Amino acid sequence: MATIATQTAVTPARAASRLHAVIKAAREAPLVAITILGGLMLVAILADFIAPHDPTLPVKGANVFDPPFWMEGGSTATLLGTDFLGRDILSRLIYGARVSLIVGIVGTLVAGTIGTGLGILSGYVGGWVDQIIMRVTDAWLALPAIVFAIFLAAMIGPSMWNIVVILGAVYWTRYARVIRGEVLTLREREFVKLAEIAGASRWRVIKRHILPNVMNTATVLASLTVGVVIIAEASLSFLGVGVPPPQPAWGLMLSEARPTLMAGQWWLTVFPGTCILLIVLATQLFGDWLRIKLDPQLRNL
Amino acid sequence: MRQFVVRRVLYSIVTLFILSATIFLIVRLTGDPVALMAEASARPEDLDRVRHQWGLDRSWPVQYVTFMQNAFKGELGKSFNYRLPVSELYFQRLPNSLTLGLAATLISVLIGVPAGIISAVKVNSWWDNLAKGVALLGLSIPGFWLALVLILVFSVWLRWLPTSGAGDWRHVIMPALALGWYFAASMLRLTRSSMLEVLGSEYIKLARLKGLPDVVVIALHAFKNALIPVFTLAGVNLVVMINAAVIIEVIFAWPGIGRLLYEGIFQRDFPLVQGVVIMAGFMIVGINLVVDILYAFIDPRIRLTR
Repeated sequence: MATIATQTAVTPARAASRLHAVIKAAREAPLVAITILGGLMLVAILADFIAPHDPTLPVKGANVFDPPFWMEGGSTATLLGTDFLGRDILSRLIYGARVSLIVGIVGTLVAGTIGTGLGILSGYVGGWVDQIIMRVTDAWLALPAIVFAIFLAAMIGPSMWNIVVILGAVYWTRYARVIRGEVLTLREREFVKLAEIAGASRWRVIKRHILPNVMNTATVLASLTVGVVIIAEASLSFLGVGVPPPQPAWGLMLSEARPTLMAGQWWLTVFPGTCILLIVLATQLFGDWLRIKLDPQLRNL
Repeated sequence: MRQFVVRRVLYSIVTLFILSATIFLIVRLTGDPVALMAEASARPEDLDRVRHQWGLDRSWPVQYVTFMQNAFKGELGKSFNYRLPVSELYFQRLPNSLTLGLAATLISVLIGVPAGIISAVKVNSWWDNLAKGVALLGLSIPGFWLALVLILVFSVWLRWLPTSGAGDWRHVIMPALALGWYFAASMLRLTRSSMLEVLGSEYIKLARLKGLPDVVVIALHAFKNALIPVFTLAGVNLVVMINAAVIIEVIFAWPGIGRLLYEGIFQRDFPLVQGVVIMAGFMIVGINLVVDILYAFIDPRIRLTR
């Protein structure tokens, strides 16, 4: 659709209908999901300007374990209270959004690139290449992803970028399987056969004909992977093999809150968890919408 | 059929070889366990002696072959830290993981199956939307956070349940709920779609045309067939839960294999980590093989697809 529109001159009637289409798309769009995701992205980008305090240093004049401002002993200087070092929870949550979004998005991109690449290779080249890639995929799937990730993270060492690579290296399998299946049918389609007969190289066929046709599926899979990757990062940070302190990550905040859970300091546990819940919920809702939008056949995934 | 089984078994063996070799390599590429095992005052000669004692001075291929030979005999090596055979430690902890896994499976079935059936029978109703919401939350709430919130509510505020450890049934409730929650959502989704598929099929329409009451159609005709994939998933989930409950077991100090793995990782206990991870792979590859063969047995069409 879009390619046709760009090739012909844009007449007023066409422009009007396109505007209409934009309005229609906006009306159908998942507003809750876009609001949450957009809001969090904005917060993550503008963290330096909107965070009231430094997330890694104790707030001057505040005590440790100050409750949120509406409770007795709370202060409006630290709206959501302070943690075991007297650091501002709100500022840590704001900077934590950055970690979750970076790991979620870049980790998914890494996984998607590895998985889509291997899936196309496996499906298009076939033969022993296919055999090797599929057996490796099976081997990867034989371990629960989170166990594999904990194992790798503990072996390689904690840092945010290590986690991005590790999660990418763990969560590519689903892409490889699904994309391979699609390429197997694409390979038999006439436009691919004709391109091959016309003398197009393998690389060119993959780039011009296969890749554009699997991008929708890859996008839907990506929307489903982001939430999983964000939870995985939080889990690793919680176990102490993810983002290292004093960096503010939501999973790490939960881990630091654990010793004081028994003392009833609920805000240390409730706020970061709610943030994770919201961001994952939003990605799920967005993914559901995208799935129906891009590929009705994938609705049951 | 025989060809299918032979091929699937061969694939499974190859899968396990790739997995074990990968784990084996990663473990050795990332650090020297001997330096961690020995005391700080140890001299290089001492380290070499320890290395020799544990067979770590041999080349990697030799170590791998020895490891696999022993694995076939049911020996997974000896733990550096506990100085006990890994298999002994593993089977000591396995019953606890099994208990937790069974309880979590039970919870996921009790939540997922009835909710899935109701939402399929009353499509697009208020109930259906509620179930969809629950499924969405199941996938969005991190299990480990749910565990913390459960502790906060039931142990700290209400003082009903113990926070950690293993003992009587009260110790199992919270970890099982935290672990089973995510799987309940997947059970719900599968039950719903499976029920919808069966309810739309010809034999159900016929049963309805015969004038059978709804309850009979759903309970006797639809239910049975729709639940085959659901209970298959429950079985696979059980195996996954036994092996993937690391964080939940750590939070609740549950003495299962997840925590054994966690301890092993932090103590750089190579043989222990290797053993536990490979056992997990073995169990999951095994259950998948069983399911594949059973399904091929039931449905001949599956035998022909690759």
